[in-house]
Parts: sequence; C-alpha cells; structure tokens
Amino acid sequence: MAFSQGFTPHPKISYASAAPTGVASEAEYLEIGLREPVEPAQLRVALDNALSPGLDVLDAVVATGTGLADRIEASHWRIELPQVDPAVLAQAVTAFTEAEEVQVERMTKQGRRTFDARSAVMSIDVDGASVTPSGASAVPCAILEMVVRQVTPSVRPDDVLSGLRVVAGLEPPVAPKVIRLAQGTLTAQGAIVDPLDADRDGATIGGR
Amino acid sequence: MSVPSTTPRPVAANSVWPRLEPLLPQVTKPIQYVGGELGAVVKDWDTATVRWALMYPDAYEVGLPNQGVQILYEVLNELPDVLAERTYAVWSDLEKLMRAHGVPQFTVDAHRPVRDFDLFGVSFATELGYTNLLTAIDLAGIPLLAADRTDADPVIVAGGHAAFNPEPIADFIDAAVLGDGEEAVLEITAIVQEWKAEGCPGGRDELLLRLARTESVYVPRFYDVDYLPDGRIQRVVPNRADVPFRVHKRTTMDLDAWPYPKKPLVPLAETVHERFAVEIFRGCTRGCRFCQAGMITRPVRERSITTVGQMVQEGLEFSGFHEVGLLSLSSADHSEIGDMCSGLAQQYQGTNVSLSLPSTRVDAFNIELAQELSRNGRRTGLTFAPEGGSERIRKVINKMVSKDDLIRTVVTAYTNGWRQVKLYFMCGLPTETDADVLEIADMAHEVIKAGRAATGSKDIRCTVSIGGFVPKPHTPFQWAAMARPEVIDGRLKLLKQAINADRSLGRAIGFRYHDGEPSLIEGLLSRGDRRVGAVIRRVWENGGRFDGWSEHFSYQRWVDAAAETLPAFGVDLDWYTTRERDELEVLPWDHLDSGLDKDWLWQDWQDALSEYEQDDCRWTPCFDCGVCPAMDTEIQIGPTGRKLLPLTPVNGLKLPTGAQQ
Repeated sequence: MAFSQGFTPHPKISYASAAPTGVASEAEYLEIGLREPVEPAQLRVALDNALSPGLDVLDAVVATGTGLADRIEASHWRIELPQVDPAVLAQAVTAFTEAEEVQVERMTKQGRRTFDARSAVMSIDVDGASVTPSGASAVPCAILEMVVRQVTPSVRPDDVLSGLRVVAGLEPPVAPKVIRLAQGTLTAQGAIVDPLDADRDGATIGGR
Repeated sequence: MSVPSTTPRPVAANSVWPRLEPLLPQVTKPIQYVGGELGAVVKDWDTATVRWALMYPDAYEVGLPNQGVQILYEVLNELPDVLAERTYAVWSDLEKLMRAHGVPQFTVDAHRPVRDFDLFGVSFATELGYTNLLTAIDLAGIPLLAADRTDADPVIVAGGHAAFNPEPIADFIDAAVLGDGEEAVLEITAIVQEWKAEGCPGGRDELLLRLARTESVYVPRFYDVDYLPDGRIQRVVPNRADVPFRVHKRTTMDLDAWPYPKKPLVPLAETVHERFAVEIFRGCTRGCRFCQAGMITRPVRERSITTVGQMVQEGLEFSGFHEVGLLSLSSADHSEIGDMCSGLAQQYQGTNVSLSLPSTRVDAFNIELAQELSRNGRRTGLTFAPEGGSERIRKVINKMVSKDDLIRTVVTAYTNGWRQVKLYFMCGLPTETDADVLEIADMAHEVIKAGRAATGSKDIRCTVSIGGFVPKPHTPFQWAAMARPEVIDGRLKLLKQAINADRSLGRAIGFRYHDGEPSLIEGLLSRGDRRVGAVIRRVWENGGRFDGWSEHFSYQRWVDAAAETLPAFGVDLDWYTTRERDELEVLPWDHLDSGLDKDWLWQDWQDALSEYEQDDCRWTPCFDCGVCPAMDTEIQIGPTGRKLLPLTPVNGLKLPTGAQQ
C-alpha cells in the first residue's frame, strides 16, 4: 500500500461514488495506490481475505487512462418496498416521470439543501414480478428499479423516494431495502458498462 | 461485466440478525453492530460444549480496543470445543428500537442472543460501566437480580479491576473473578464443561458452588453481610459450608507463555485506539499510593524483549496496524526497555509503523526512549505525570519526583525538538490544601520560563491536565476521605487564575480538567457496599446510561437516587465518600484478597500522612506488602541479555494459505 507524503501519511485510497450508509451494494469501486506492482489476481485474493464476510473483492485491474471517478456516470438501483401495493407505486412513478422537476430536501454536510431529484433519473420502473426476492411473505411488496445519473449534488435512492412522497404522497410503512446492482459508464443506449472494462481491454492488448 | 458472486453472510440458527438488520438504518453508526472484523471468530454453536459471551460495558468504539476482552476472546476461541463471542453496550437509539421490536442483547460476532450462552463475562475497567451492565442484562431478557435467575440464564461473571470490589453490583452478578483472566477463564470453562457433561447436577446452585470452591471465584450469594447499628459493616461471612472465608486473586506468571493478543481485532468502525497494543509487563511496584492498578497487579512480571519483538512482528503482519503501543503501568521501567525501543525502531525504520510508549516517568531517560521511537519522523506526544503539585503532596502520594527533575526533564524535551508536553496532576488528594494545588501554576510557569531560556524560542507550550482523585479499594488511600466537589472546583478555579496571573506565561499553558462531581460518584461506586446496588438500580431505572461519558453522565440523577435509597439503610452519599474510615472498620472488600496485607496498607497510609516515602522493591529490599508470599508469586524481571535482530523485509502480498496462485 502506498502512502501520501507529509507529516501524517495517509494510505492512497479513493472511493468513487460510495453507496450511502444502510444501502446494500453489489457494485462498489475503489482505487488504491500500491508501493510496487503486483499481480491483480493475487491482490484481489489478499484484499478479500482481509475483509469481513459479505465484503467481497470480485476483481482487480491495473488502472490506466482516466480516473475511476470520471467513469462512474450512472447507477442501477433496486428498491424493495415491503407492504406497498405495486399498483400504488406505479401511480406514484407515473406522477414522478411526468413531472418536469421534483424538488426534494436533504441534510448534507453543508446543511439542508433543496435540489431536483427528477432530471438525474434516466429510467424508473415498477418491477412486474410480485414475489419478494428476499424473504417470502404474504404481504405485498413493490419493487422499483431505476437508473440514476451521477450528478452534483448526488441524487440518491432516498432522494427519489422523497420525490415520490412529494409528487404522490407515497409513504412506505416500513424501511425500504435498497440495493445497488451496478454502476459505471453509460453507453449511448443508456446501458451501464463496468468501469473496469477499459482497463481489462488494455491489459489484453498489452499481452498479459 | 462480471456477474456479482458475493457470498451471502452465513446466518447462525439462533441469530437475531434478520430482526436486527431492519433497525440498523435507523440508528447512528450502525457499523458498530455488524461484527465481522479481521480477527473476529464465528464458530459452530452445536459443537461447542461451553459458550461465553464477553462484554466490555461501553460503546463499541471504547470497548473493542480493550485488551482484556481481546485476550480472553482469543484464549477461549483457541479451544476447539469452546466458543466466545463479543457484545458491547448499545446506544440509546438502538436500545429503544430493540425494546420496541423485541430484539434481545446480541453478540456482534454471530448476532446470537446473550441469554443463550452458558456464561456472560463482563470486564469492568471502571465502575462507571455498572448502569450499562444493567441495560445489557435487561435487554438480554435475563432477570436483573441474580437471585431471580434460573438454569435457563447464563452465569454472569464480572472481571477487571473494578471486580476487586464487586459489592455494589453483588445483587446483579453471579460471580466475580479477581486478577488476571487468562487462566481463570480456562478454569471456569473446565468446571462448566464438567458440570454440563454430568448433566448439570444440582442446577445453577451447584455450578456456582463448584466455582466458589476454587477459592478464586467470588460468588456473592454465598456470603452474608451483617451491619452495625451505625451503618458500618459488622462482618461478611459465608452462609454455606465449603465456601472459603476469603477469595483470592489470580496471578498469571510467565507472561512469555501467554503472548496474547496474537490476532488483534481490527475494528470496522472508528475506535478510541487504533493500534496494536503489546503489554510489555504487568504489575507495578513504584508504590504510588493512589494507584489501584499498581497495588492489585503485583508482583511485576515482565515479558522478555524477544517475546515482545515477536508479538509486534506477528501482530502487525496479521492486523496491518501502523501503530504499536508498548503498554504497561510504567513502561520505561522495563529492564530491557532501552534495547527494546532501539531494536524495534531499527526494525521498523523506513516503514509506516510508529511506536509509542505511554510515558509517565519523569526523567531524561524517557526522552531518550521517545527519541528512539520517533526515528520514523513521527513524534508522539510526551506526557509526564508528577501527579501532585507540591513536593509535600508528592511525598504523601509516594510519587518521588522533585521539581528540579521535572523542569530539567521538560527542558530536555524542548531542546530535543518537542514543542509541546503534557503534565498530568490530580486534585483532591488526601491532606491536600489550596497551596499544594497552586504550586502546579508555579511549576508550569517555571517549565515555560526554563524552556524559553533553553531554546531561545517562544514557540513552546505545556498543557496542564488535572483529574479528580478517587480513593480505591486495596490501596493505602482506601481509608481516606474524599474532598467535596465544591472544594475541588474551587481549587481548580484558583489554579486557573494563578496560571493566567502572568499573561505571557499563561498564554503558553493549556489547562484541562474534569470537575469534581463525577469523581464523587466514582468514589461512591468504588468503595461502596451491597447497599449501593439500590442506588445503581434507581439511576438505571431513571435512564442512567453511559456514565463514563461526560455528555451522558448526570450528577443530579445519582445524587437524587442516593437520597431516595440510602437513608433506608441509615447512610448517605457523604457517608460513602467524604467520610474517613478508621483502622478497625470492616471494609466491604476485606474478604476479597488482593494479596496486600491489610496491616501493611494501614502502615503505608500512616506513612503517607507523615509524608514518608516508600521505595520500589525491584531495586531495594522487600518491604513486605504481602503479595508474593500470600499468592506464592515472585518478581519476574530481566534483563535477559538478548537483543532484537533486524527483520527480513517481507515484500509482496499477504495471501491466505493455499491461495498462492
């Protein structure tokens, strides 16, 4: 691990677009600086081994070209809303998509801020499947899937939920379960591409 | 794009995780409740024959770094058929939600209900954790009073320094262990194992009896306390045959044979200490009369330089910590400290590892050591603890430092490049007057003056930090009267004025203090008897939690609870705190044997009052404090003559075994 220079050296590590506290994620990315070159596959194993169960390191590549932060353009989220009727959710989503903009409020480190939660949302759909993926139960559970662009201030899943409350008065009776499924670069068609793909291609060309 | 292939966290059969998880987004710092740290162990429930839940009764950020719990956790989990998990005090926001949703006190390792365990071990470094104990017991669904518990409840065992007088919590615990825990937990485990293998004959009562018969586990229910009409204790006697009149402390000898922690826990959430701590010796015979730790951990037992070196190397490799703390009650007193510091500094030169030594000894040698340790460029702070402001009061407390020594030492620090030193004192010591405390100002002024003269610079500072004195059991001051909070606060105010009387010097002096009120309550709890349990319970019922945190501690709540409960026994808060005891009074902990001879303690108390100093038995003849013959122990110190060898640099990645390719 490489460290910054100076009186109190810090490890060279930076997180791109980390998921908010309390949100599950299948796709977090970070950049670390190392003292010496290592085999990425071995680095993956070493890091995975040092981390807690459930914090799994899936892949590591040698960074080339642009920084990671520039490659994170959008996130794919899924929100499970237990005890919410999918039809009610669908109505709220329609109201949300039809709005030009939806102003929401959130406490940030800079204090209370008001911003638009609508324009960053590229797609937002109620999942047709009525079964709950995590934990079977007789109560209904609505599921929301959405792709949100990385903007400043960032629009988080809870901001979109606030937006649904603003436009349609949707109040989930229990805490929603939020999971990030993917994040990365956007294609022209609006698909999300693994931000490490560029480096993987580079490695192949380099003859590794 | 790679398909997510994350391994779901295995959920134990009796885990509360599915019910706890939905509550976590609603609380502050939820990460402190999830476990899974590097160094954490989750074992199979069904194959374990004895199961321990270990608690440090404070928040995760304070509790996780605790050495005692980490050591016992590791020692127990090394046994193939024994399981130990950790639990910490939950903050009030989670406590409220857990009550509303019926989630019991849980361990962070596998999120199992504490009530499912055979033993619930709680380590008390301070008495201010007592209310948190009650929260944990209650949240666990265990009856608050030991007398109401059944075979379905774990045996609650208290340990740590506060367990040397567990009487204030005697109603709430089933047992207490005095002294070193390493071997004690193994002995208790073996007794529980055997009793369970036999089919739990005689139930809980029989198990407690077997524990009590070891003569090193105190089971309060087997002792009756009789009181005199004036409120003092008449006697404490066993109410069962086979139960010893006195319970003795445990002493682990040969620390080289117990090189724990080997696999230190690496916290996920921020904690108060993020370093690998190695205890370089246990015990202290400097003889500071206020210091309970120094009295109850005798004799001095050193860990050898080579064991320390190996522990540092392996601990760092395992954990990835960047800081090593060489801990003990007076680290500069280790017989091999010079070679240890220079050897470790040499080994880690050019790396990110920084070494620290809690420095309390006031002499130039300490600065030499600190300089060795700062070779890597990082200067850790220097703290000196003269403890008392005047020469006279330092004789009373047996802290043998002269003013000249102190000034010379601090000036040496300044001339060696330190810009800032911290000086630690106490207020409210026995026989103390305003004049004793005001001398702290003179001392600080002279330190700055001499420092400016020696360095030719105005850019030097010192911080005067003052704590309130609390008389503790098993010390020569166990008979002493406490000063009232008003007296302490008044002296601190005078001192502040005196420091700032010279504005030029005052500007270079920082002043930090605690007011006298929390100390008085700590005094009530540390020298309390079983009747104080009613106060603790009332405070807890009225919402008292996290009393070690100044922002949560309420002096008024304690005063009110004492006023509501103690008069029924004919005593009050003052009776426990500001009252001086006489020689013949039966003290609540007299039946608990720390090895110290009570006659010697009394003599040392008299010596204190006549300002007579006592030397250290490591370098002068034995002064008969009683510990070694009573406990059949001896001083274990070096030097071994061995040195630390340069390390072969380890390059590359640390890979798990079998995953090299």
